[in-house]
Amino acid sequence: MITGNVRNYKMINEILYIIIAGLLLGGLYGLIAMGLSIQYGVARVLNVGHGEFIMLGAMSTYTLYTFAGINPFVAIIICAPISFIIGFFLHTTVFRRLLNTSPNAGVFESNSMLASFGILFVIQNIAAVAWQADIRAYSFMNTPVNILGDDYGANRLVVLGVAIAMGLAFYFFLTYTRLGKAIRAAAQDATTASLMGVNINLVLAICFGIGAALAAIAGVLISMVYPVHPNMGLEYTIIAIIVVVLGGLGSIPGAFVGGLILGVIGSVVSFYEPGLALASYYLVFVLLLLVRPKGLFGK
Amino acid sequence: MKNLFADKKKLIIPGIIVLIMIFLAVFPSFSAPYRIVWLSGILCYVILTIAWALFSGSTGYISLATAAFYGVGMYTAAILGNDFPLLVVVLFGGLLSMVLAAIAGAITLRLRGIYFAIFTFGMVELIKYILLWYEITFTGTRGRFVIVVDNQTIYYVMLGILVLLLITTLILRRSRWGLALQSIGDNEEAAYHMGVNVTALKVSIFSISAFFMGAVGAIMATRVTYIDPYSAFDTILNFLPPLMAILGGIGTYYGPILGAFVFAAIEEWLITSSIADYYRLIIGLALLAAILYMPKGIVDVIEKAWRHFSGGKHALT
Repeated sequence: MITGNVRNYKMINEILYIIIAGLLLGGLYGLIAMGLSIQYGVARVLNVGHGEFIMLGAMSTYTLYTFAGINPFVAIIICAPISFIIGFFLHTTVFRRLLNTSPNAGVFESNSMLASFGILFVIQNIAAVAWQADIRAYSFMNTPVNILGDDYGANRLVVLGVAIAMGLAFYFFLTYTRLGKAIRAAAQDATTASLMGVNINLVLAICFGIGAALAAIAGVLISMVYPVHPNMGLEYTIIAIIVVVLGGLGSIPGAFVGGLILGVIGSVVSFYEPGLALASYYLVFVLLLLVRPKGLFGK
Repeated sequence: MKNLFADKKKLIIPGIIVLIMIFLAVFPSFSAPYRIVWLSGILCYVILTIAWALFSGSTGYISLATAAFYGVGMYTAAILGNDFPLLVVVLFGGLLSMVLAAIAGAITLRLRGIYFAIFTFGMVELIKYILLWYEITFTGTRGRFVIVVDNQTIYYVMLGILVLLLITTLILRRSRWGLALQSIGDNEEAAYHMGVNVTALKVSIFSISAFFMGAVGAIMATRVTYIDPYSAFDTILNFLPPLMAILGGIGTYYGPILGAFVFAAIEEWLITSSIADYYRLIIGLALLAAILYMPKGIVDVIEKAWRHFSGGKHALT
């Protein structure tokens, strides 16, 4: 009887641990996916170079912290605007031109995806030359915090907190501000929105910039918890794509909920068989595409 | 009279292709061994690109699964290479890829546009990580050795695959299936309503194109002699065929061939030059430039020049 209780208690503890670890991971996934979701949902660009902005944010934070002693939270204020500007100009130069030359939406989606692969290779190569291909890490706020019987790093809790704050801020920005309304209008029907006086080119470029800025913030947060290297981007891009498809392409709440779900799945699989975590993401993804390609929150 | 003239003109490019093939067939008898290795690398790219364009070029479905079929071919060669003759191994590599493509195609070709591209990309990674996990957990090793075959044999097998692929492509393009495929690319709904069995056709052509990718993978594996999941299912390989096809001219018959030749030559020069560190940077810029400034490829540029110089009377189609 007593041993049974102990076993039950241990099992509940394990389940709690898996779920909390999953949520901590999932918050980050949600933040990564939001940026991609706005880029695809509004600008119709499936930006495969998304992870490269994450990588740039992470590598810059590492450099700023290790060599200049700049706090990663300050790095957010530095990296996000720079990333926004890069994203903004990428849209005004590359993707606007593609938008004007592509005969229909399908061709634009294919071409812009291939163009973003070009961007991926360019950024990755520049980063590999600038930082070399070593894996780096720094330790920041890694004091243990006890939640319901298990220890978690304080930095991971901070990451989840910032991710949720960014998600909420972004949601309110889209819902209540003038620019947010213009963005949602552009996502629904770009042509009609432009007829209603929305400067569509500007809105699309801003959306692309916001996506890049969110990626950079996610990169800063990732560098607090995980090792960073110049080739890390694609892995996060793929996770972002899976989360976005899970939540529904273009849906911001969907991206966040999808991130949390995938985080928990990853946590469960890692607990039993760490080598299969990535494979399980793809399996979820493949099954989802077959059963419900619109995603959980898709219209 | 005019028709006769036009027909003669149509024979020019097939004639050139046949001449090139004859040249390629006798090439090893007078060239240095290094050149044979170099040329079989180029042929590999040419085959992958034509096979990719056979499906994606005409239907507009961007497949990013080249590495999956190529990798399956490679692993087939590694597993069967010691026990079976080379041609059987190559055939098996192709057939297994074909089966994989048929299964994947049957369940996913309902997906439109971008979803299909994402799915095919995910499939490669799924296979890669499951294989990696399998090797580490059950065999305790990463990767396998492949039997060694001499360079001349590799070259001739490669050439054989290319000839077979060119004939297949030509027959398909001239047949009613080719026209149906083209109509899917133009407007799938309309094609469906005109009585084209859209799904069956897409799955068959996808499988045929996978066969050639798998066959090439099998023969290339004997060249590299050692493979592991990362090298066999290399992510960058998914993007090279679209890049080469766009560079040459995506919807045309000769574009992918031309694009692959140009790209392979540039790549070879890049890797052996002093700026090899910037290989990905240059590929990225090339991809961007090709999509932005030459969306119809080199073939289109040549055609415009041809029309310009021949007084604009006859378009070279």
